[in-house]
Order: sequence, then structure tokens, then C-alpha cells
Amino acid sequence: MKFKSVFDIIGPVMVGPSSSHTAGAARIGRAARHLFGKEPEWVEIYYYESFAKTHQGHGTDVAIVAGILDFDTADDRIRESIEIAKSKGIQLTFMEEDAAVDHPNTARIKMGNSQENMELVGISIGGGKVEITELNGFDLHLSGNHPAILIMHNDRFGAIASVTHILAKYEINIGRMEVSRKDVGKEALMVIELDQNIEPYIEKELSEAKHILHMAKVVD
Amino acid sequence: MFRTVADLIKITEEKDISIAEAMIQQEMDIHQKTREEIIARMEQNLTVMEKAVEDGLKGVHSQSGLTGGDAVLLQEYMKKHQPLSGEVVLDAVSKAVATNEVNAAMGIICATPTAGSAGCVPGALFAVKERLQPTREQMINFLFTSGAFGFVVANNAFISGAAGGCQAEVGSAAAMASAAVVEMAGGTPQQSAEAFAITLKNMLGLVCDPVAGLVEVPCVKRNAAGASNAIVSADMALAGVSSKIPCDEVIGAMYRIGRQMPSSLRETAEGGLAATPTGRALAAKINGNQPMKE
Repeated sequence: MKFKSVFDIIGPVMVGPSSSHTAGAARIGRAARHLFGKEPEWVEIYYYESFAKTHQGHGTDVAIVAGILDFDTADDRIRESIEIAKSKGIQLTFMEEDAAVDHPNTARIKMGNSQENMELVGISIGGGKVEITELNGFDLHLSGNHPAILIMHNDRFGAIASVTHILAKYEINIGRMEVSRKDVGKEALMVIELDQNIEPYIEKELSEAKHILHMAKVVD
Repeated sequence: MFRTVADLIKITEEKDISIAEAMIQQEMDIHQKTREEIIARMEQNLTVMEKAVEDGLKGVHSQSGLTGGDAVLLQEYMKKHQPLSGEVVLDAVSKAVATNEVNAAMGIICATPTAGSAGCVPGALFAVKERLQPTREQMINFLFTSGAFGFVVANNAFISGAAGGCQAEVGSAAAMASAAVVEMAGGTPQQSAEAFAITLKNMLGLVCDPVAGLVEVPCVKRNAAGASNAIVSADMALAGVSSKIPCDEVIGAMYRIGRQMPSSLRETAEGGLAATPTGRALAAKINGNQPMKE
């Protein structure tokens, strides 16, 4: 079941006008920001299908940028997010793509700075709920059914153990877990679905654990 | 965890509880939260809805200029005239419109289940409130009952216009509101299910065709239709009228119809009202003369 809480239906509290094209877009942007771990210097946003046709009217541009600035769906700075981003010197590019995709509300976000970059695909499935389907070329199966943490790490002995050890210490139960990597010894991605949202102090401990590069969380 | 309306009704009958209570208990079980936390969060949503209606009734206008000010016109009309459709229905319409006008103006609203359909549930709630004088707790329960039905729809069909057309958004929202009105008026859980089925049946096939891709035309007025439909169907169910097609099968029909809808009628602004001469002219004016693709 994709929707698990009454607050997926009665909620979110948000700046209008569209839960999928505004609130959902903001959440995809924010997931991207958390995953990148810092404010990017440049962002490229590619829209597909319904997102491509109606992003301007629905405030998708300002919403996705607001998410990238780490604003919440109900933050009324969403309306001015593009000006805020520009004043911070963030370069923004919006592209409408013709390619067919699996879901009508799909966005691909590329972001980076002079040292590194990141690429992510998110879909907005309705009522403000989102799923992340791709990260840096890794296919994800982040259903959005559960709270989750996404951890970019170095493919080293003990990286997974260091994360699961911390979760065990705080009695956080793992519902589903997947690990994928592009090559032996290179960057890898761990996706862990949990039974509950994690507290900020656990998040901090995880992000400081051995071999961990970045972490992001998808809250319930 | 209930997956269908039939499951939900069974739980209410076996435990002798309301639909709202069944939803609260499920939320407590799954999310390991206390009753107080869950109720407090829903009350915050209720407060956001009250504020949105209040703002809308003062008069707001969207940036495009396509929508705004109609909620005020409706309230003024009701002060001077006896509305033909009845005070509760027209009050619901004005409050639904108020909410969606605030949404179109990029104000803060609570999605129920989506932003584009955010007027139906509060519109019906705050209009029926004037007649039934519920307690604060009953108003919060109204939202849990709406949420319980929306939860089933979201998990068995869809609630977004891009996936299933307007029937999935305003159709679902109106049906959710209808079920909750029945509960607030003292109807049985089964009568709530009947009201839900009747409302959704009357919204089947509704396409998502927003002019210029904006959540304004026809979205704001569709919420007016949704809120009034909700109250009329609630009265039908309370009178003892039942739906020949059971609730879960109506949801299934909504899903299949949505799957058959072409992309041009699912929130792409390429078909329906968006593709009328006036719709296209408005889009060209607002979006800076960008040619719209067929």
C-alpha cells in the first residue's frame, strides 16, 4: 500500500496551488538537497509529461527550487524562491523533455558545485507524496511507503556494519534494505526503509559514521 | 489495516466504533503515536482550513487574474437573497470556492486529498457546522472520517489528476466529504459508505483539463460542484437511499476509467476546456504566447 497515513490524505499543509506539482515538487527538491548535503552552485531541472506541460502554472519551478533551498511545503518563501536562489548566486536551468517516462509527474534534477555533482529522478504520485526512483545512475526502489534513509558511502569493509550497528543501538527496526554500487571499491548507495522516523541526533551519528559520504532521509 | 471500504465498515461494526475512531486507532497502531499526538496534528490541519476559508471570504485574487472574488459574491448574494439551492448547500459552495481561491493565489491550504480539490471537505464541513453545531472534537472527527475513505481510494485507485483525471481529485474529495457529513449528522457507517458511493458515481469520468495548466479554471468551480454534491448525496443516504453498486466497486470503476483516459485529459492542459478557443487564448496571454501542443 502506497499510502500509509491519514495525514497523506488530510495534508500536507502547503502553499498552493497543486499538491503533486507544488508540494510534491518541493519534496523532491528537498530530498535532492538533503542528498547533496549542501547548497548547490548550479541546478538543472528536467521535466517530463504533465510536469513538462504545466510546471509554470502550478508553481513547480518555485516549489522545486524552494525544496532545494531546504524550505518546507508550507513555507511562504516558496513564492520568492527563484529570486532567493538567484540572490545566493545559484544558477538555475529548466528544461521540458519529450521522452516518455513511467509516471506522468516526473522530474530529473542535476545539481552540483565546482567539486562534485549529483543526479536524481523523482516522481510525484499524488496528494504531495513522492518517490525517488533514481540516484546518480543507481535505480532505487524507494516506495515512499515507509520512512527511509539514503546513504552514499564508500564501498569499504564495515561501511554497512557501521550503519546497522547505530540503528541497532537505538532499537530502530529495518523494514527493507538495498545496497548497490557501480564498481568494486567505489561509491555505493545504501537505502534503508525503517519503521519510524529517526531523531536528529541519530541522523547526526549516522552521517558521521565511518565511510559515510552523505545521508538523506525521506520522512513518513 | 483496512484496505477496502468493506473492511472499514466491518471494523466499525465488530468493534462498535465510528469510522473516525477506526482511522485514529489504525494511525496509532501503524505509526506508534499517541492518540493525543494524532488528534493534535489533525486539529492543526483544521485550523489551517479555517484560516483559508476566512482569507478567501475576505476576497483574494490569483496572479493570473483568472480566479478570485467569487466566494465574496456568493456570501453577499446569500445575505440579500434566499438561495434557491438552500442555505447549507450554497454556504458549502462559497466556502469551497474560498479555499480554492486561496489555493490558486498560492496561499496556505491543507490538501484534502490534494490541493486542487482542497475546497470540498472544508466547504462541506464549515457549512454543515452552521446547521449541526458540532463540538471541536466532532469537527476533527469529520476529517478522520474523510481521511479514512480517502485512504482507501489512494491505495486502490488514485487521487491525482495527472494519474486519474479530476474524478480522482474532486471526485474523491467530494465523496470523502459526503461520508463525513453523514457521520456528523448521526448516520451509520454503512450510510457513510452509501453517500460516498453515490457521490463518486456522480463524479465518474470527470477529466482534468486546467486552462493554461493553472489550478484555477475549472478547478475552483469543480470544488463548488464537489461540495454541493457531497451534501446532496449525504441527504440521500440519510434518507435511506443506497447505491446499487457497492462502494469498493465504484472505486474500482473510477480506477479503470482513469486508466483509459488519454494523457490529454490528465492535467496536461492539452484537452477539454484547456483546448477551447478561449482556453487557448487565455493560456497564450498568461504564458506569454507559447504555442500549446495538440
